[in-house]
Amino acid sequence: MKYMLVMRTTEEAVQAAKEQDFEQVINAMGAYNEAMIKAGVLLAGEGLADPAEGVVVDFDAEEPVVTDGPYGETHELFNGFWIIQVSSREEAVEWARRAPLGPGSTLEVRRVQEAEDFADYADNEYIRKEAEWRRQLGTE
Amino acid sequence: MAPAARHRVTPAPSSRRADPRRTVDAVWRIEGARVIATLARMTGDVGFAEELAQEAVVEALQSWPQQGVPRNAGSWLTTVAKRRAIDAWRRRERLDERYRLLARGLAESGEDEWQPIDDDVLRLVFTACHPVLSRPAQIALTLRVVGGLTTAEIARMLLVPVATVQARITRAKKTLAAARVRFEAPDPNEWGERLGAVLSVVYLVFTEGYAATSGDRWIRPDLANEALRLGRVLAGLLPREPEVHGLLALMEFQASRFAARVRPDGTPVLLADQDRTRWDRAQIARGRAALRRAGSTGRGLGPYGLQAAIAECHAVAPSVAETDWRRIVLLYEALGRIAPSPVVELNRAVAVSMAVGPAEALRIVDRLAGEQALRGSHLLPSVRGELLARLGRVEEARAELLAAAELAANRRERSVLLEKAAGL
Repeated sequence: MKYMLVMRTTEEAVQAAKEQDFEQVINAMGAYNEAMIKAGVLLAGEGLADPAEGVVVDFDAEEPVVTDGPYGETHELFNGFWIIQVSSREEAVEWARRAPLGPGSTLEVRRVQEAEDFADYADNEYIRKEAEWRRQLGTE
Repeated sequence: MAPAARHRVTPAPSSRRADPRRTVDAVWRIEGARVIATLARMTGDVGFAEELAQEAVVEALQSWPQQGVPRNAGSWLTTVAKRRAIDAWRRRERLDERYRLLARGLAESGEDEWQPIDDDVLRLVFTACHPVLSRPAQIALTLRVVGGLTTAEIARMLLVPVATVQARITRAKKTLAAARVRFEAPDPNEWGERLGAVLSVVYLVFTEGYAATSGDRWIRPDLANEALRLGRVLAGLLPREPEVHGLLALMEFQASRFAARVRPDGTPVLLADQDRTRWDRAQIARGRAALRRAGSTGRGLGPYGLQAAIAECHAVAPSVAETDWRRIVLLYEALGRIAPSPVVELNRAVAVSMAVGPAEALRIVDRLAGEQALRGSHLLPSVRGELLARLGRVEEARAELLAAAELAANRRERSVLLEKAAGL
């Protein structure tokens, strides 16, 4: 089964991270990624650029409200993710615990849906289309 | 850096409280190989190392629910196991050089300084797949000590009783000890052969999951995923071995078709009839990346790499008709030169029938039949029957397909062949 480790960090912690020696951060993250690669579990992972470059589209109101980043100190930001292939939720949690993150950060451990989760909807037009989209994206 | 906090197993902050057994199993899965590898280097004995590690796991089960899971759990397990080794040696009054080394090492290094060495894991892989062991023993021991699976998990995956797995592992450890197998990587003069044994153990685990020979499911993804994981571990340990990447690529391509290989009722779907939109494109991309790595070592592709290259041709083709059959023919020719076998030759014939035509292919099949190759197998007459049918030689085709049906061991295959014969 596949799990996504969803990294969230408060705006405050993002700013604090900028004060850190960036090379040290790279080394810590690199060692973590390397451990998961060596264990044969890492399938994908990405980190996101500075939230100052981002915008948030909020659907609370009738019309979506667009806000430029940064979004204030207490706002939790989606900051990156890993996708790992493991044999249990516990194993995914163990890998999450090893991430080199500190105060202000959380990792949410979520199972990635697979085709089997949609087995009852196999005939749905969009489920069928999605398979085709994936095919086209994958072959580029 | 992250704080050296301890993670509590119970009481857990989440509403779903963690089961200590499952948590310890998860840690073991991640750390097991490196813990055993470290202990095996120190004691020179994989069997003893595995027993020590087991004792450490038992201690973890007692301690962690109260104390929390240590931040560096692998180091904790290794330290506990080392203490057990020293106790055991003290009891046996074997206070030799190894004991002194271990005792000194334990006094000098703290829990957090444990540095597992990749080479030790590699030695562990070679020892678990040592030629003195039978294939079933190699598979059980590899899944146990390299894969970090519990005997119960291995039993479930291999569909055998737990007692059988335990017996295989016990016997394997005894055999290694009796043969005085040293904990080391093979010499250069036997490297190729020993690496071949490791790769075939991994591939056997995969094929057992891919085309399960036993059990009520035709595909057992957990077993195949285990092989993929072992393949990725090997690729990390031996980045310059083309066949390691070749095998990984082959497994990724084959696994990418899992979703399309079985109908909802469990019956298998042949490659030509598969819904290609259901192939896993991310997995195909990983397979292609592994195949590129195999090619970039500059040592040419071996049998696994060539099979992966053939699988890649299918993986990127939008349909059977739009497949690059000429390239597949060339790849089968290369495969036939370095790993000649009648099955490869028969597959080449099928590719020739698609690239050139059935008449050319029939010449290859007739030569095989003349050599009495693949006698007793339904493969040759079924291919020959198909080719004759395409050439319009209906009577001969029917006779071949019926002969093939006679020989087919699998009930479903037999009925497919009989249907074809009847439809001519």
